[in-house]
Amino acid sequence: MTDVLQDAPRSARTERARRAWFRFRQSRLSVVGASMVLVVVFFTLFGNILAPYPEHVTGGVDTANRFQPPSLAHPFGTNELGQDVLSMVMAGTPVSVAAGFTVVAIGTILGTVVGALAGFNGGWIDDVLMRFSDLMLTIPSLILAMAVAAALGPGFGNMIVAISLVWWPGYARLVRGEVLQVREEVYVTAARALGASPVRVLFRHILPNVVSPIIVKMSLDMGFAILTVAALGFIGIGVRPPTPEWGTLLSISRSYMPDFWWTAVFPGLAMFLAVFGFNLLGDGLRDVLDPKARR
Amino acid sequence: MLRFVLRRIFLILPVLIGLTVIMFVIARVLPGDPVALAAGPNATRDEIARYAQEFGLDRPIWVQYWSYLTGLMQGDFGVSIFTRRPVATDLATYLPATLELVFAAMMLAIAIGIPAGLMAAVWRNRWPDYTSNVLSVAAISMPRFFLGLLLQLCFAMWLMWLPLGGRFPIIYEPPPFVTGFYTLDALFAGDWESFVVACRYLALPAIAMSLSPLATILRMMRASTIEVLHQDYVTTARALGLSPRLIVFKYVLRNAISSSLTVIGLYFGWLLGGTVLVETVFDWPGIGLYATSAIVAQDFMPVVSVALVIGFLFICANIVIDVLYGLINPKVRYQ
Repeated sequence: MTDVLQDAPRSARTERARRAWFRFRQSRLSVVGASMVLVVVFFTLFGNILAPYPEHVTGGVDTANRFQPPSLAHPFGTNELGQDVLSMVMAGTPVSVAAGFTVVAIGTILGTVVGALAGFNGGWIDDVLMRFSDLMLTIPSLILAMAVAAALGPGFGNMIVAISLVWWPGYARLVRGEVLQVREEVYVTAARALGASPVRVLFRHILPNVVSPIIVKMSLDMGFAILTVAALGFIGIGVRPPTPEWGTLLSISRSYMPDFWWTAVFPGLAMFLAVFGFNLLGDGLRDVLDPKARR
Repeated sequence: MLRFVLRRIFLILPVLIGLTVIMFVIARVLPGDPVALAAGPNATRDEIARYAQEFGLDRPIWVQYWSYLTGLMQGDFGVSIFTRRPVATDLATYLPATLELVFAAMMLAIAIGIPAGLMAAVWRNRWPDYTSNVLSVAAISMPRFFLGLLLQLCFAMWLMWLPLGGRFPIIYEPPPFVTGFYTLDALFAGDWESFVVACRYLALPAIAMSLSPLATILRMMRASTIEVLHQDYVTTARALGLSPRLIVFKYVLRNAISSSLTVIGLYFGWLLGGTVLVETVFDWPGIGLYATSAIVAQDFMPVVSVALVIGFLFICANIVIDVLYGLINPKVRYQ
């Protein structure tokens, strides 16, 4: 008897997951997106190891072979230092993905805390936190991130701090809106009536029910975070060489167009495909997880 | 309606003040010594101190903030410590270029995005819909600066149809100033040749900027059109035997367009802040390029002022959209 009672919610959950997976598979684009993301994850884990010319990734140069066009030995050609562009692009994956993921993770945590506090408490706390978030949203985020990154100086950590600083308000707004809705649900009132503490109500009953939209936003944001990281690199205030970052690679190769177009086109293409994959996946997840957007 | 607009305009003030506070705090709390940077690598300690005194940077931060704020009231945006030019003059020079670029990009995005979204919805789940869906996700995923480089590579370097960058040929005089938009000014002056030249310079950066708003407007338009197509009055119109074309253009379009308006307003603000990359690629002399050079030099006043101006225009765009919303959709009434 007790077994049945304990199993019931779990099987309901697996059933829901099974249906979601079925719906997800129905859309060919989501599956394509998921596969692309898997490829990106693969290169994030193994890009450094698999790079055909690992010595170039760590800053080694081969000036005798500068600006070789794409060939069998160098499928993406070589750059102004004779480095293999394919190796640089592969080794750039972990840099961009790690940076993008960290930014989104920090933004989500900060935004969820602010949004949950505002939505759950209401009153003046809500007013103060939300006015502040709105204010942050009016500041042009790229310019703010650039200003912070420039003041902190170049480097991976500083760049992450700079972008995270402008990333949270969107999550704060989203979470607040969801918490406001869930707060009024009958089961929340029931939990309160049973004497659950506010902290327990928030963490046990409200937050688990606002996770889906957060996940959807995170997957859609991954692409934009990668783009922002690359943008800072492109302006020249993100990660500095010899770290192979896609935006930085692109900004250096710019001056060698049009004769040595491959030095710019391949890093850019890698960036585009990675972001494309995350956006397709995010779209698919939204269709599955967010009933409001389903149509 | 008038009261609503006035109240919204009045509420801009606290937001702008908040904006300056945030930018000031960020710029001054962070490490980095703009004065030493501006004074040059060979400056002695005395020279740096004199420099700081000249620009008032040796005073406590709240005194600096107060003098900036009182200056703003009189239209004084401070002085660049790098070029020593007043920021207000620079803004007046660079802002029209950015606005022209953003307007051109938005016009492209709206002119293509709205009909394309409408078509995707009408031919829902058929090939035009699938194609536009894949293309719009691709367009959103395309880094603006990479697209700019590809456009340069194809149309300026290989085909040599359009200029590589800049806003107007250096050897020619730009059209006389009326609006600051070279295309419009050329038309006002009746100078057809300059108009064509200005358009040729504008084309590539505007296309690079327009792609992601185009995709977003398309998707928004598609979603809202599908929603409207399911309304009872559309079914009624169909049952009455009205032609599909009449239904779509007379009844559906007007109702579907209002939710796209919000996106258009938001994008207008985002593009203003996002011109940085495209302006860098195309050497477009706008506030994005201005802000970038100021940021790299840690020149503080121009950065705060650019953020302030963009924030201000962003809020204004939202007010305009709210008003348009009421005009298009009479159901929305403002108290």
